[in-house]
Amino acid sequence: MAKIRKKIKTIKIKADQCNGCRACEVVCSAFHASPPYSSVNPARSRIRVIRYPLDDIWVPVFAGEYAFAECMGRDKYVIDGKEYEECAFCRAVCPSRDVFKEPDSGLPLRCDMCEGEDQPLCVQQCLNDVLIFEEREEEVEEQAYPQELEVSVDTLVDKYGLDKLYDVVARRAMLDKAS
Amino acid sequence: MRYAETGCNLEIDLVTGNIERIETNPEYLELFLGGLGTNVKELWDRVPPETKPFDPENLLIFAAGLLCGTPAFSCNRTVVSTVSPQNELLAYPMMGGFWAAELKYAGYDKVILRNKSPNLVYIWINNDKVEIRDASHLQGKGALETQELIKAELKQPNAHVAAIGLAGENRVFTASIEQGRSSCSRLGGGAVMGDKRVKAIAVRGTKDIYLARGTEFMEHMKEIKNYINFRNENPLPGVMTILSGIGSPQEMKHTDEKWHTENFAWGNARTRRKGFWTEEIEKSWTETQLSAIKRLISCFNCPQQCGALISYKDVPRYMMKCFSKLTYAMGAYVDDLDFSFKIVQKAQEYGVDAFSTPQIMAFAVELKEAGILTDKDFAGCPSDNQGRFHWLLDRIVRREGIGDLLADGTYYAAQRIGGGAEKFAHNTIKKHEQLPLKLGMMDPLYYLMYSTNEKISITQVEGNFPQAAFPTKEAREEFIKDWIQVPDNRFKQYLLEWEPRGENANPYFPTPEMSCEIVDWMEMLHNIDDALGFCAGMGSFCLKPPYHIHNYPKLISAATGMDIDEAGLRKTVRRSRNLHRAFNIRRGMRRADEKPPDDHWKRRFPEYEESLLDTYYEFKGWNQEGIPTKETLLELDLGYVAEDLEQRGILKDGQNTEENQNHQN
Repeated sequence: MAKIRKKIKTIKIKADQCNGCRACEVVCSAFHASPPYSSVNPARSRIRVIRYPLDDIWVPVFAGEYAFAECMGRDKYVIDGKEYEECAFCRAVCPSRDVFKEPDSGLPLRCDMCEGEDQPLCVQQCLNDVLIFEEREEEVEEQAYPQELEVSVDTLVDKYGLDKLYDVVARRAMLDKAS
Repeated sequence: MRYAETGCNLEIDLVTGNIERIETNPEYLELFLGGLGTNVKELWDRVPPETKPFDPENLLIFAAGLLCGTPAFSCNRTVVSTVSPQNELLAYPMMGGFWAAELKYAGYDKVILRNKSPNLVYIWINNDKVEIRDASHLQGKGALETQELIKAELKQPNAHVAAIGLAGENRVFTASIEQGRSSCSRLGGGAVMGDKRVKAIAVRGTKDIYLARGTEFMEHMKEIKNYINFRNENPLPGVMTILSGIGSPQEMKHTDEKWHTENFAWGNARTRRKGFWTEEIEKSWTETQLSAIKRLISCFNCPQQCGALISYKDVPRYMMKCFSKLTYAMGAYVDDLDFSFKIVQKAQEYGVDAFSTPQIMAFAVELKEAGILTDKDFAGCPSDNQGRFHWLLDRIVRREGIGDLLADGTYYAAQRIGGGAEKFAHNTIKKHEQLPLKLGMMDPLYYLMYSTNEKISITQVEGNFPQAAFPTKEAREEFIKDWIQVPDNRFKQYLLEWEPRGENANPYFPTPEMSCEIVDWMEMLHNIDDALGFCAGMGSFCLKPPYHIHNYPKLISAATGMDIDEAGLRKTVRRSRNLHRAFNIRRGMRRADEKPPDDHWKRRFPEYEESLLDTYYEFKGWNQEGIPTKETLLELDLGYVAEDLEQRGILKDGQNTEENQNHQN
């Protein structure tokens, strides 16, 4: 099986060092404005600092993928006696909550690691080194996709039977030729 | 399209409940920038000199600085402005924190409160939706407690709340307005808020603010960011720790308090405690401080760590900054820092100014010791220093018994107590308690700043020029090498020539002319900071700051699209300063009010001091009563001010007043 190299981008978050200033939110929203830096609005930021000062909670979290549906249940962490808000560490943009959505349209926001910049802007702007950008390459087996296809075909066969699947694939192939 | 500013103010009439979103005059940006500059304009236009602090017509303005909410680091100040109950002049207590930016994101540059609410209320600003809500359930609640209760009640953990405590509700003249780790403390803004029956203003905003030339703005910020990093990595050599860095004094980070504890005058600005900082004290204070501080924290969009979350023994958690760590303990002559971390929590909940209040309490103790106040006045008061301060604080914020007199500050309390109490109110300027400092040799720079500045509080006036001459020529040469902040290179020469002793030392050096220029520079920077919303700790209040006269115009131009150069910026803040002064002049402030406390320095030079003031007034374009001349006002497009002052007979034949001619005779 062939090996491929994959780029992994990570932002290491040293939450204990965060002084809660939200410079990351400010610069993120400015960078992603169109055109860049034409406006500022932390509510549009793809990073948010969960901030409960008196509880000593300052945790920067990045926006992840859009989720069509809520999870079946929610989590709530208590670490070192600090109770974090529901789904605090989840990065998903999900129907259960308002975070990581454009304040006016409700469209989901997602961290893109500021593609094209040397480092994500939030990392550059955090002068207390709470956010550390790390990039590495990993070698991975190039088998993920075929395997996935096998699984999918198996599922379809299970559900509809092999004959029906033949029919559909044949019909598709003819349509494809015709067009 | 409006850039950097939102272009809208929120006008709230507390008696009718009418709330309006008013578009502001775009020309005011050019004329006054924003923040303090435009606050002064509102007050000049709308609050006549007849209006008393607790009249319904007095305005209480909460303003965000012009660049608050932009990506400019450390630009987060809320400037509250009103007529002060303490001296009936313009008060502008300011705070950092998160409130100003949130207000901008909600779509407003200012909240302007007028009249008085019949009942205790709080105001909830959620973008375009603004409500006046009942606050009867919050009556008597602490200022910090109130913030948490309101956020919980509104289910808005991301809202920011500015609130008063019991002191504000009871119109204590030293009442503050508290918000998170910050507070507007000086000159009684909290008392006016309490008088208007407004317990708090909560704000949440999710709107955009616009930058005219954002990419250019960020290019300038990149340079500034590099300089902040450079300064944080390279503290200045040759000055005491507290002056070596940037940001407001790093009182939570530094544990070495030898300089403050031994050089300030403690109690009621009375005793310099030479030899206080023993090894034993150092050990115990360091241990106490480190055990109390849970985390170092900052204000909105600021990389510095001037504040701290305090988690100390069984004291409810709170946030501390700056000088309150020292003022209560040293004011009470309690040598255990443990006392500070306890009483400051209580004082913040009550919402009182941490400069004035401990001095007022120490003043009461002095009066008791002098037999002017009696056992009857102190009935029920514990006899130990700690217990006494707690007891006095409780009385003051409730205006109970002797506390009712003390709640007006040392000046009025002394007047009302009488019997010789007046000479114990020895540390006020314009009726306002000052830093507890008593020094030896008169210093011309400080003489001018103390006497004349509109802030009426030295910490917000001084800053960019070193506080004292460097001992050696080498140290001076070293210091000026990379002194990029100077408005003009001649300031480097002044510093080079300034020596700790001899002919080129205080009081005659810097010369009156040099002193005027230096003071003018420092005041100008403060006025710029206060209009833009920058923390003085990153601009006007420290040595070699990241922001200065050379980069401010670039930032303002890129943010607003209004091209302004150094000369233009100087003129703009000169305009607002002169309008500010005219506002105070119209309320009766004159030359006679412009003087430091008699005992501020041991060695005084009355005639020389008068000539310093003469020189300064002339330098500023003011007559010998400290009133801006017609010529000055016209040059600054303030013809309407000249006209008003003339109509009132304050300014005659355009230049000099009759009083002034008398003075010269």
